[in-house]
Amino acid sequence: MKSRTLAAMGLLAAGAALLCFAQSRPAPALDGEPYIHDPSTVTYCEGKYYTYGTGGGGLISDDGWTWHTGATRPGGGVAPDVIRIGDRYLMSYARGGGGLGGGHASGVHTMWSKTLDPKSPNFGFTDDTIVASSDGVEDNDAIDPAFLLDPTTNRLWLSYGTYYGFIRLVELDPKTGKRVAGNQAVNIAIDMEATAMMYRDGWYYLLGTHGTCCDGANSTYNIRVARSRKVTGPYVDNMGIDALKGGGKLFVAASGRFVGPGHFGLLDLGDGVQKFSCHYEADLDRSGRSVLDIRPMMWQDGWPVAGDNFQAGTYEIESERKGYALELAVDFVRMDRGGRGGFGGFGAPAGPVTPLAAQELAQVSTNWPAGNVALRLGDFMARPHQKWTITPVANVGGYPGSPYFKIAIAGTDRTLTATADGDVVALPAFTSSPEQLWRIDQLTDGTYRIMPKSMAGSKEPMALTAVGASTPTLAKFDPKSDKARWMFKKP
Amino acid sequence: MNTLRKTAMLAMGTAAILALQVFAAAADDAPRSIAPYFTPAKASTKAPDADGFLQRWLLLEPINKPNRTNTVFVDSYIRAAFTTEYFPNQFTVIPHDGDKVKVGEQELAWHALDSANWNVKLFRFAYGLNKPIYGVLFWAVTVVNSPRDIPNARMAVGSNSASMWWLNGKEAVILSGDRRMVMDDCVSKRLTLSKGRNVIRGAVINGPGMSDFCVRFIDENGQPIKDLSMSLENAAK
Repeated sequence: MKSRTLAAMGLLAAGAALLCFAQSRPAPALDGEPYIHDPSTVTYCEGKYYTYGTGGGGLISDDGWTWHTGATRPGGGVAPDVIRIGDRYLMSYARGGGGLGGGHASGVHTMWSKTLDPKSPNFGFTDDTIVASSDGVEDNDAIDPAFLLDPTTNRLWLSYGTYYGFIRLVELDPKTGKRVAGNQAVNIAIDMEATAMMYRDGWYYLLGTHGTCCDGANSTYNIRVARSRKVTGPYVDNMGIDALKGGGKLFVAASGRFVGPGHFGLLDLGDGVQKFSCHYEADLDRSGRSVLDIRPMMWQDGWPVAGDNFQAGTYEIESERKGYALELAVDFVRMDRGGRGGFGGFGAPAGPVTPLAAQELAQVSTNWPAGNVALRLGDFMARPHQKWTITPVANVGGYPGSPYFKIAIAGTDRTLTATADGDVVALPAFTSSPEQLWRIDQLTDGTYRIMPKSMAGSKEPMALTAVGASTPTLAKFDPKSDKARWMFKKP
Repeated sequence: MNTLRKTAMLAMGTAAILALQVFAAAADDAPRSIAPYFTPAKASTKAPDADGFLQRWLLLEPINKPNRTNTVFVDSYIRAAFTTEYFPNQFTVIPHDGDKVKVGEQELAWHALDSANWNVKLFRFAYGLNKPIYGVLFWAVTVVNSPRDIPNARMAVGSNSASMWWLNGKEAVILSGDRRMVMDDCVSKRLTLSKGRNVIRGAVINGPGMSDFCVRFIDENGQPIKDLSMSLENAAK
């Protein structure tokens, strides 16, 4: 499955009723009815996100957070993939094989449509064509296709296959979607299915699913990765083991309430934000059914690393620019130093060792202004005016993989708010306006980008930015600078 | 998704909604052969391949061991399955090519073979001989000659699915669970390859899906031991 660059952010108007999720509950795998198995790469088309699964149906989302049924395609079969090429969408899927009915004779089909929107007059797929097949006996099962449009050559590749023999790679014509004449399939891996490929910094990456599918909460599906300097391999893992000998570095496995991740798909949102889609064989909070999820992806030492969607909690919000923390611009209140005055505090205590109480909100907040409070960046001292409670907000939409968040000083309703003149301030109350709903995206280096859902007077997405070492503002996100990169740390 | 591989010969919701069109089933009717995956073992000795994998084995035609799913291959199950005696002298015999054993109603033959690949594709062995391919238990034996005592060696095995391996009559390594074959997947504790003859015995069990294994020895630095030779005495009758 293929890299997609998505320009639009899919911002929605706020819903009416608002409800903050309980902080103790893990973040759910998307909202709505995200039930799907073998999802295709999440693809953006005319303001909506689409993914297709085994059986012919698929899911649609306005924002990448709330998903509903409604995507359709002809052909049935299993495990499709989609890629946008020019102004058209190329769909691939397989019929036969997969061990269903005991067979491994299968064909990989491709077909085009001008749009993925089933309500559009331009919707409709061309007659399909078979681009790869397996005869049921050979060491290959031609299902689970995935596209790679090589950004260095503009050549179109398709990987496919399962545990039944080899994962294979063939070349397609990006103009027709058909197999390049004379192209011979190349074996690139074993022990995988649901493969996907991507390119980054001179490396081709082959991601594939190991383990067992289709057994609900007992499925052992997990996603592995190997890489190569050539698209045709050899693909090796971090131990140098060839994927043709079972190699594969773990990318993501089960965690929390989600069991059996499989069917990787890259969702490149641009500006250093990459996410991946997958399905879980079982979401234990959704009757153990198979569901879609979208999660952040990071890079470390040339390998992709699966991230987690942002978890609610109380944090220091630390600027990568200087390491200063976002705080209310209020008077700094000194703490008791343990009975010692003047310069010092060195050496062992004269009496018993005793803990000093932390400064509490009630000790300092009574002196804070009742109305709006300006914000600044300062040395983090674990004080009440520097601790932010971040809570997902229900029924206001979201963005790929996550809902919007409320960001407020812990223990208060003093809420981080975007102002009409492009700055930030803490308002005394949360009103659920778009200026108080925040999008938190983890960047590929592990830091975060923080953006208001919208702000008055600006149609362009803006990001929380340290315009000075101690001064926050909102500005167009600069992916090359640390000004708009933030870390969330437990205070 | 590959439902036959592994768990699911279980009834599946997706299976019910699919209108499958198998378009090339005729290939299954073609005459079967174990070529090109295997050739008969020759009388001459054979060295491991460039990565140290052992490619010469005596393989017994598969014993029927029906399992609709591989999820049953927990440690206790496979230890019981692999220590059950299916045929006389099962844990001591060094068979000859063509020897036959009786397992229940089955009469099964041993085949002395060289694998054309680094791994031993048991699925292709069974398929090529028109034997059952799913719900099966395989036995494999080989003799490795070492030019010297090699202490602190380890037997490194990958198998699909579960398997158990012995060196000179002692259990060396066990691979439990619904498992795919990965090189160096499970590795024995340190052991000594004796100068001269060493007998390796293995058993591989599988329900649905492909069956295969790979075996090599690695030294105390994790490097493959390659100065070994395999000779199946009198293997080719």
